[in-house]
Amino acid sequence: MAPKLHSRQLLTIICEADLERQLVTELHLLGVRGHTITDARGQGAHGDRDALWPTSANIRIEVLCETPVLDAVLNILEESYFKSYGLVAFVSEVAVLRAEKF
Amino acid sequence: MPFEPVILFFLLGLLAGIVRSDLKIPGVLYESLSIFLLLAIGLKGGIELARYPLGSLAGQALVVLAAATLIPLVAFATLRRLGRVPRADAASIAAHYGSVSVVTFAVAASFLGRLDVAYEGYLVVFLVLLEFPALLIGVILAQQADGQTRWGPMLQEVLSGKSIVLLVGGLLIGWLAGPEGIKPLDRLFIDLFKGILAFFLLEMGLVVASRLGDLRKAGAFLIGFGIAMPLTGAALGLVVGNVLDLSVGGSVLLATLFASASYIAAPAAMRIAIPEANPALSIGAALGITFPFNLLIGIPLYHDLAVRLAREI
Repeated sequence: MAPKLHSRQLLTIICEADLERQLVTELHLLGVRGHTITDARGQGAHGDRDALWPTSANIRIEVLCETPVLDAVLNILEESYFKSYGLVAFVSEVAVLRAEKF
Repeated sequence: MPFEPVILFFLLGLLAGIVRSDLKIPGVLYESLSIFLLLAIGLKGGIELARYPLGSLAGQALVVLAAATLIPLVAFATLRRLGRVPRADAASIAAHYGSVSVVTFAVAASFLGRLDVAYEGYLVVFLVLLEFPALLIGVILAQQADGQTRWGPMLQEVLSGKSIVLLVGGLLIGWLAGPEGIKPLDRLFIDLFKGILAFFLLEMGLVVASRLGDLRKAGAFLIGFGIAMPLTGAALGLVVGNVLDLSVGGSVLLATLFASASYIAAPAAMRIAIPEANPALSIGAALGITFPFNLLIGIPLYHDLAVRLAREI
């Protein structure tokens, strides 16, 4: 029997490492139940983010959630983060097992 | 003028960055080295602190704190009036300059050690005390800028940040354990200190080279500010050192503290507390101009002035 897959949203946020504590707190207040963070570096509108020291480091936050939580998170990002911070967010639809976890 | 050889490592890093060498010091090592330096500086201060009565220190600390309040205020007024810098940026830069640089302090202490100039070891306490009040002043100065102030996350960022935790923690451990208790750790924290500082300065050279592009954004006014501000701070530090009857070495360290600008605690805290301030400006000035200025010219100059001042009086 094929395993039962469920559709969920995968939100990926790449942002300044300094935002980690604040953003993660905010995500969980909005109903996100788990997240994964990896160190990242790269280049973009905010120049070279080479991770040579903490101030120039980026992180990549991944969150699996349902559409209402996703919308709430995206609204907060638009309201409070996009204007002042180096931050990109994108969403893709993915299939997960154990839907109750996300 | 004598100079401290450890800064040659900084120049090497700077040169490597400018010629785009593939030399990279991993971020994890930067973290590890800074943890070591903060803890070692705290420990040394704690051991020295045990030698002095705390009551007399409290009075000195109040004078130092009161005088240090002037630095962000003067910086802010200069940036706003003379430089026409936007309020949020001016407040953030003022906070960077009001706060202090631990590594500049360490280089100054090492410079004094090389010249055999004694200093009051408890000055590390002032290093800890001066780290965060300026950040609060910066946030208050920014308050009339657009956008809300995030006091809670900012205080959390500063007070539980690694620089305060390790400096204060090291101070307490050193103070409680005393010189005898710390002796088994001397090889690591005292003997290796200068080598680790050299490594860290190599890394800072690379970091500064990577921020040189920010200087173009900062413009001529901020570049001038990055030199005039430490001179002003150092002058204030020398006067306060004199009023408090500190030794020549102590005055040089206090002048260096007042002259230095933070680039560990301040950038992270200001990013959270004043989001609309452009970090390229504050970091470009603090790290691109003031840090190398203090290392290469400032510290020997403050020493020279302190010696002259002591002779005059």
